[in-house]
Amino acid sequence: MDIVQLWNALVGVVIILYVILDGFGLGIGILFPTAKSEEERDVLMNSIAPIWDANQTWIVFGGGALFAAFPMIYTVLFSALYIPLLSFLFGLIFRGVAFEFRINTNRKYLWNWAFFLGSLLAVLNQGFVLGGYISGIKVVDGAFAGGPFDWLNPFTVMVGIALVVGYVLLGSTFLIIKTEGAVQERAYKQAFWAAMAVACFMIVVSIWTPYHAPDLTARWFTEPRLYFVWNFPLLGLVAFGLLLRSLKKRRELMPFISSVLLFLSAYFGLQSALWPLAIPPDLTIYEAAAQRETQIFTLWGVAIVLPVVLTYTIYSYRVFRGKVGGAEGYH
Amino acid sequence: MDVVLLSRLQFGITTAFHILFPTLTIGLAFYLVVTEFLWLRTKDEMYYRMYRFWVKVFAVHFAVGVVTGITLEFEFGTNFARFSQFVSNVFAPLLAYEGMTAFFLEAGFLGIMLFGWQRVPPLVHFLSTALVGAGATFSAFWIMSANAWMQTPTGFEIIDGKLLVTSFREAIFNPAFPTHLSHMLMASYETAAFAVAGISAWFLLRGEHTAFYRRSLGIALLMAALFAPLQVFIGDMKGLSTAEHQPAKLAAMEGHWETNTEGGAPLRLFAIPDMEAEKNHFEIAIPNALSLLITHSADGKVQGLKEFPKADRPNALITYWSFRVMVGIGFIFAGVMAWALLLWWRKRLFDCRLFLKALICIQPLGFIAVVMGWITTEVGRQPWVLYGLMRTSEGVSPIPAGNVIWSLSVFLIFFAIIGTSYFYYILKILKNGPDLDSPIPPVQRPSGMRPTEDALKEA
Repeated sequence: MDIVQLWNALVGVVIILYVILDGFGLGIGILFPTAKSEEERDVLMNSIAPIWDANQTWIVFGGGALFAAFPMIYTVLFSALYIPLLSFLFGLIFRGVAFEFRINTNRKYLWNWAFFLGSLLAVLNQGFVLGGYISGIKVVDGAFAGGPFDWLNPFTVMVGIALVVGYVLLGSTFLIIKTEGAVQERAYKQAFWAAMAVACFMIVVSIWTPYHAPDLTARWFTEPRLYFVWNFPLLGLVAFGLLLRSLKKRRELMPFISSVLLFLSAYFGLQSALWPLAIPPDLTIYEAAAQRETQIFTLWGVAIVLPVVLTYTIYSYRVFRGKVGGAEGYH
Repeated sequence: MDVVLLSRLQFGITTAFHILFPTLTIGLAFYLVVTEFLWLRTKDEMYYRMYRFWVKVFAVHFAVGVVTGITLEFEFGTNFARFSQFVSNVFAPLLAYEGMTAFFLEAGFLGIMLFGWQRVPPLVHFLSTALVGAGATFSAFWIMSANAWMQTPTGFEIIDGKLLVTSFREAIFNPAFPTHLSHMLMASYETAAFAVAGISAWFLLRGEHTAFYRRSLGIALLMAALFAPLQVFIGDMKGLSTAEHQPAKLAAMEGHWETNTEGGAPLRLFAIPDMEAEKNHFEIAIPNALSLLITHSADGKVQGLKEFPKADRPNALITYWSFRVMVGIGFIFAGVMAWALLLWWRKRLFDCRLFLKALICIQPLGFIAVVMGWITTEVGRQPWVLYGLMRTSEGVSPIPAGNVIWSLSVFLIFFAIIGTSYFYYILKILKNGPDLDSPIPPVQRPSGMRPTEDALKEA
């Protein structure tokens, strides 16, 4: 494994960490309007209040790491996906300030809406970014050479909606862990329906992708990929089974874990089709990579800092473990 | 309008809006570290109450800072893709390191800082505050390094039109960096100190929670007394560094057109630089003073703006005035601290109503100075995005102007909403005042603690 491959794996890990960690928080934002009272909304918000900021930081690190290790992906992708990327940020802005503004006001409904719409906007556009990326980007001489709406097509819209459903699954299964009583009861139902919707979307994606991106599909059937790609749909199937079973048996931790596994199966499935592409349809990670010295310098930082970050993140989750209540002491 | 101007506008506006927030966060974090340290040391409950009050302001402020900061990292790619690609080998790791060392540290411990009172022992809580403060400072370190590198690029070579790194040490610790960072940190400490001082003065004048705000003001003034004079000194060093590495910027900052050949260069206290006519209108100047400041000799040579081709000159009118306003505020701060010293000497520090009113008036000046300083340094770098190597016009993304018009409009609307809400909620927090009654969480209650009532009686 050379350093370019190592960085490819690292960026991949950071992105999936972001998707899972901020994913459940964003999912809770989308579920926000289903809460029946202001007190229930407090419970939803308190379940992520101490950790959402650290979770969201993975996208900052992801952006920085991408820029440092694969500057061409960063520059080409960001100009090509200008509109969905900035819309994603606009969503994050409103959602982020809602946490602080909401507790300081009597007119909470304004920031309830901001929290919900911000989360929804962020997730939809994350999906558009992913869909636009899979659809392929026009690159000439290492720079983006397409139009502002190249990313927009029915497939992209479908991916956007699929991601909303996926994050709702993560959010509701996380709520099962953190809440009790009526809120938890509702989360079980929401998780079940989200799981069903996710299953439908996975079938749709499996049928649609070969038509929409035949190149990517063809890659699955080349050696040596052919020998292990089938593991991912299998993992997905097992995860889905575990999810339904644990929901039925009213387990608290297992639904979330199996939802994460479901996400991992989809993510690895996609990654295995892309490898070694940096930007579809034909730019590879080697062409997009930064100077070797730069990759090494940044890798030192990752090697030293990342274990520390992970350690105190786990510590923080331990500090805030257990069920949340509506009146959990705020600052 | 063209995409270059629009992208510059967007980046300028998003940066100027963003910078207001980390400025206070860095300074206020320092203030909170001091307060919590005093609480642990003296076991005086008043310090605990102070922390819990000011941290509310900190939290709201921090939230806006974070969400606007994330945007900036993305805008390098969305709006300045060609620049980003050209400089990526040197520039990108600095941003990546900021994410790793600063963003994570702040975000990771903010949760414990705000919500951890019931759950962690006092020392862990104090460490969390200190680490959030350290994170804010690390953030300034990397961002100032990246920006200083755009001003004085070092540590690389250009081979076949590609910028390749030769030394990260040289790139990070580039010539502009030391003064860039120290100037920004001082500005943050000053801004926070005067913000807290102004708010405290307001409530002291109204006679609300006098004991509480006296002590808040005391710590703020100590902080300001430490940093306001130091800032004048660092500002001077920064001027020297600019003269050495970015002479065109310095000439624009001073409205200095002709290189002085005979005698010293005058310091223009008031002038209206005219880029077309290449001269100043309505000039009021002190003879030889510029030479004295820059070269430390009465007739030292200072390069004039005319020595640079017209296409390579920064806008003198903007740079001159933004710089003047910033320096003016710096001196006002230093002057107010001298006044404070005099009052303290006479033991009238908290009783002189005129002084308290002055503190209220100058309260927002720190923020204005920061934005003005930012404009000076960024407009002064033009027309270069990477000083002397790449023009701003060559650095923008290959995207249509329509994209930027759209995002710029959304930014303006959002910033208006968020800015207004921010002010509304901060004022609300201040108006509600400190909470002096809630019981201290058992885990935080040290043995031998002084209750607030005693402190209130003494005051």
